[in-house]
Amino acid sequence: MSNFIDEALQRLPTETPDWLSEQRRRGRSSWKSSTMPTRKTEDWKYTRLRVLEEGAYLGRAERQDSSSPALTALRDQVKIPELDARMLVFVNGFYSPELSSPTAMDAMEVVHFSEADETQVETIRAHLGTAADRDKYMFTALSDSWLDDGVFVHVTQNSKVTTPLHIVWLTVPQREAFSLSQRLLVVMDAGSEATVVEHFASDGAQQNCFTNGVTELVLGANARLCHYRLHLEEEHALHIGGVHARLDRDARLNSFHLGLGSTLKRLDVVVRHEGNGAHCDLNGIYLPRHSQHIDYHTCIEHARPHCTTNEVFRGVISDNARAVFNGRIHIHPDAQKTVAQLSNKNLLTSNRAEVDTKPELEIYADDVKCTHGATVAQLDDYALYYLCSRGIAREHAQVMLSTGFINELINNLQHSTLGEYLKPVLSDMFVQQVTQRERAE
Amino acid sequence: MLSIKNLHATVEGEEILRGINLEIGPGEVHAIMGPNGSGKSTLGHVLTGREGYEVTAGEVTFMGQDLLALAPEERALAGLLLAFQYPVEIPGVSNMEFLKTAVDGIRKYRKLEALDSVSFMKLAREVCKRVDLDQNFLKRGVNEGFSGGEKKRNELMQMMLLEPHLAILDETDSGLDIDALQVVAAGINSMRDGKRSFVMITHYQRLLNFIEPDHVHVLGGGRIVRSGDKSLALELEDKGYGWLESEAV
Ligand SMILES: Nc1ncnc2c1ncn2[C@@H]1O[C@H](COP(=O)(O)OP(=O)(O)O)[C@@H](O)[C@H]1O
Ligand SMILES: [Mg+2]
Repeated sequence: MSNFIDEALQRLPTETPDWLSEQRRRGRSSWKSSTMPTRKTEDWKYTRLRVLEEGAYLGRAERQDSSSPALTALRDQVKIPELDARMLVFVNGFYSPELSSPTAMDAMEVVHFSEADETQVETIRAHLGTAADRDKYMFTALSDSWLDDGVFVHVTQNSKVTTPLHIVWLTVPQREAFSLSQRLLVVMDAGSEATVVEHFASDGAQQNCFTNGVTELVLGANARLCHYRLHLEEEHALHIGGVHARLDRDARLNSFHLGLGSTLKRLDVVVRHEGNGAHCDLNGIYLPRHSQHIDYHTCIEHARPHCTTNEVFRGVISDNARAVFNGRIHIHPDAQKTVAQLSNKNLLTSNRAEVDTKPELEIYADDVKCTHGATVAQLDDYALYYLCSRGIAREHAQVMLSTGFINELINNLQHSTLGEYLKPVLSDMFVQQVTQRERAE
Repeated sequence: MLSIKNLHATVEGEEILRGINLEIGPGEVHAIMGPNGSGKSTLGHVLTGREGYEVTAGEVTFMGQDLLALAPEERALAGLLLAFQYPVEIPGVSNMEFLKTAVDGIRKYRKLEALDSVSFMKLAREVCKRVDLDQNFLKRGVNEGFSGGEKKRNELMQMMLLEPHLAILDETDSGLDIDALQVVAAGINSMRDGKRSFVMITHYQRLLNFIEPDHVHVLGGGRIVRSGDKSLALELEDKGYGWLESEAV
């Protein structure tokens, strides 16, 4: 077993703009002073990072041949034609112009940190690291310490960008296990509107990549952002990620998360209501199977009055997989008239599947409306029997009930085209699962 | 069509059916009546193979097959359908998807050509009309938030789409007002073709004013305590079940 903290420190970033060095230095010192979480670390109670140390993810990401037919085929698979999006494709962290279709959009600037012009650098410096707290989230510190580049998305004041931005992060295995740092900063100026889809996928081969991903969303007054983060990587991928958002006055964030299983996925979703009247819809679905592990930690900080949060997460946990959901809502003394709802429902389709769910409400204001609830249930035998009594095979009935459990969230997506893309992907996954189970029996 | 011989069944260790004998021929309509808790619904569930309903003795033959050896879905494919007394709500699965999946399965089994979505949609809309249910119910989750009467009509709709050889209708009439009752009765009557058989489980003789049964049976204490023609139903209406109780021992 190695010491991941030390190992990570030895990875110095290459060719990096000078103006990032200060942030990197702070990241290093924060990372250096952190310790690997143990069972006693509250935020990591149910999620062990042993795989990270055992896997020796020491290699660096290498640029792949983007023109290979395999990668083109993979790109076609993740493309969502009906979404009609501007698509940026990264392979093992490297931008691939061949695979991307970046129709320019005047009102939305998209550049690499390394290629930003002076004004852009100024905006990046003003916001990078303001949403993601490196002292609180150790993997943000790691991201900062590895910071050599990133993607900057800027929507200028009052611009309404209707074409979604579809950012795809593809991974394929390398000869040796490797680490990847993914960084995205979205700055929405006051009154602007846009849609950003973050989409993680991989080829079918056994993955040997550890991705550390940090996304920051900064919403100015009255800005509206529709954000998706889809994790569809294969089995052995390892992902620790954070989505950190700041919402100014009357801003609206709609953020949807989907996590298919992996060896380990841990996502921290943090939303800070920093201006009066901000609103957040935070929804998510996690579907671990086999012996996968998925952990969603969400934290909503209500720092100002009159803000609202509506959070719904659902999970279907199969085989001997494990899921962790922790939903924290923190209402600060100032945040009067807060309305916040949190619901987490889990369906266990096998008796070896496990879930640990914990809603955490911390309320320091007196005039607020907050509700929360978490449930864990098995497949309903009576419902299965009802479906079977109509001639539907039991395995198929199981698939119907599992998909039915999450359909409500999929059906309510702001972009129904995305729902149409996801539905067959998810139901195929459930079908595969049932057939594998049958074969095993 | 259906032959039940000395059927005994337990639920959670308790014997509920204690020797049922019943012969149902093609095209026949049988009514099964009896007080609450007499085992009417249990009989329906045992015949359709619900888990936890354990047959401890007896035989059931359905169209020449040993019914009890079949899984619930195989019984349905063989042409048996139970309209549930308490249909299940399944949020997230649209009624349309549910009906189409069921119809696809049964058509495949019967070696009929698959219906494309457009033809199925058309068929489903027609059937909706026949049971006087708004088309919106096709888009909603299976039985989700349906009223009692709407659930019953949805059951009827499934019968019309799946065209079983034998339909067991478990209190499909209860909780309906007189207009709805007539719609349901007309729906059932429209399915009678001289070959299809029906078992109507009911509490009241009301439904039987609209659908004339060939045979009426009274269930008591897990046994058929009396069989007769439709006049038995009228007699029950008059006297209640009390006068039969002494015979139920
Ligand atoms: N799922 C069940 N679990 C336990 N007892 C049951 C169950 N279903 C039926 N019973 C019992 O079996 C008996 C007959 O019930 P049922 O068949 O529903 O009667 P009916 O339909 O004639 O009103 C009742 O005593 C009832 O309590
Ligand atoms: Mg009953």
